[in-house]
Amino acid sequence: MPILVGIVTLIFLLLHLAPGDAATAYFNPNVSPEIIDRMRENLGLDRPIHEQYFRWLRAFFTGDFGYSFGQHRPVSAVLADALPNTLVLSGVSLVLIFVVGCAVGAVQAVRQYSKLDNVLTFTSLFVYSMPGFWLGLMLILAFSSPALPDALRLPISGVTSVGYEFMGPLGKLLDRARHLVLPSIALGIASAAGVARYMRGSMLEVIGQDYIRTARAKGLPERRVILKHALRNALVPIVSLLGLYLPLLFGGSVVIEVVFSWPGMGRALYNAILGRDYPVVMAASFFFGVLVLAANLVADMLYAAVDPRIRRA
Amino acid sequence: MTGSRRSVRREAWRRFLRHRQAVLGLLLTVLLALTALMAPLVAPHDPDEQTDIVATRYQPPSVEHPMGTDRFGRDVFSRVVYGARISLMIGFLAVAIAISIGTAVGAIAGFLGGWLDTTLMRGVDLLLSFPRLVLLITLVALFEPSIALVTLVLGLTGWMGTSRIVRGQVLTVREMEYVTAARVLGFGQARILVRHILPNVLTPVIIAATLGIGNTILAEAALSFLGLGVQPPTASWGNMVASGRDTMLDAWWITTFPGLAIVLTVMSFNLVGDGLRDALDPRHVA
Repeated sequence: MPILVGIVTLIFLLLHLAPGDAATAYFNPNVSPEIIDRMRENLGLDRPIHEQYFRWLRAFFTGDFGYSFGQHRPVSAVLADALPNTLVLSGVSLVLIFVVGCAVGAVQAVRQYSKLDNVLTFTSLFVYSMPGFWLGLMLILAFSSPALPDALRLPISGVTSVGYEFMGPLGKLLDRARHLVLPSIALGIASAAGVARYMRGSMLEVIGQDYIRTARAKGLPERRVILKHALRNALVPIVSLLGLYLPLLFGGSVVIEVVFSWPGMGRALYNAILGRDYPVVMAASFFFGVLVLAANLVADMLYAAVDPRIRRA
Repeated sequence: MTGSRRSVRREAWRRFLRHRQAVLGLLLTVLLALTALMAPLVAPHDPDEQTDIVATRYQPPSVEHPMGTDRFGRDVFSRVVYGARISLMIGFLAVAIAISIGTAVGAIAGFLGGWLDTTLMRGVDLLLSFPRLVLLITLVALFEPSIALVTLVLGLTGWMGTSRIVRGQVLTVREMEYVTAARVLGFGQARILVRHILPNVLTPVIIAATLGIGNTILAEAALSFLGLGVQPPTASWGNMVASGRDTMLDAWWITTFPGLAIVLTVMSFNLVGDGLRDALDPRHVA
């Protein structure tokens, strides 16, 4: 909770660091200076700074985020439209990151130093060093190419297709799913490579442990040894990666949403910045901070659930 | 650490050289740095040169233009080479800023402890709870984008990890015998901190710095791509990728090659960083 206050304070400070204030956004040659001053008074911008700060705090906590200049509607409406889209995209990416990452890492560990391991290590490094926006653009290029067979085509922008309203419920679901494929890959694969590297190391460490040797000595089939014992224990430290990768995920979503025209918070933030729509900028930044906090909380709970030693602490 | 300083360093260097990938990374990094430094010699054309635009624009890769030309007829390869200059310069400077701030904060917090430590680390946690790109975008948006601003905000948003590392190291080293000895001998706090503790916490910082350069280059590329970083006509890999976006289907080379340059550069820094970590940190499992 105190961190929330900290976030709001930080944003408030940033806003007042900028040259000009909210009223200057209304400034254009047709508006006389007296009207600007009146507007300043209305918005309370001529009050002393600490008074502004408390009004700001109170406004934020009652859900009043101000009015968007660019879109001519309350900021809360703008965010209410954008937030679910970002959550869906981030959620799918997150699943991708951890499922693919853990699978690849585990396979690499079991086949350590094999050709597959080396190829995967190199690929991981390559992917990990890629800018997400470039990968997104390359995917768009590949999937827009006239040489691609029609069956493999995937949508390259937006959340839904043109005929969405006329599809049946299953059709709608499938359409949404198809639109999610490319953006979530572009968003998640670099982090998946990071998880794979970590998982490989964790799995190798676990396999070297005595209890694995015991299980093998007991005569358990190798598959059971790996899947039931090694994998489960190797997964534990991976949960701590969640806290690390979540800010990266949300940050990456800004760029990916712009590239794929995905109507989420990242794109809203970007458009707001280009349009000098400061209320949206501040509210969106605030929500990004809140999202990361919430996600960290969930990650902490998951960590406690997965590792019984933590629970006792 | 037993043995003289020289033999420890040589051992670490030998371990580094044993990894072929790390050596490859080092070679690539040196090659990139040389290219960036000697850009005027390496680039076949002037990166800003525009002749007859209609005749020279959107040319596919050829012998004369190995990476094709962009929408103004400028040679993409030359722009990529000059872009290396910009990206590497920003990367190094920003990381230098970040390391300086991070080391200072971490050292003070770890060494002095108490409420200062708690306050500083809470501040670090707060800043870390924002996605770096969101912070970057918000900061740049408040002022006019420029190379100096970009470098500054990259440094200002990248020091938090270093501060944690340094603080951890300082906490460990602080209790060691040679520090106690220095204290007993009557050395002042500041002198102990700078001359005894800091040299021993540098190893993880160096590793973090190397890996940090890669991340910084990626962040700068994202900013420039969004139009909030290096401004055209100055060539930055990020804004080059953005400029090719509209004509990507017909002139794929404008978008593809600068991106590849980014990947190769970041990869080489990551290889070096990994190699350093394997060589300098004996506990690391490969």
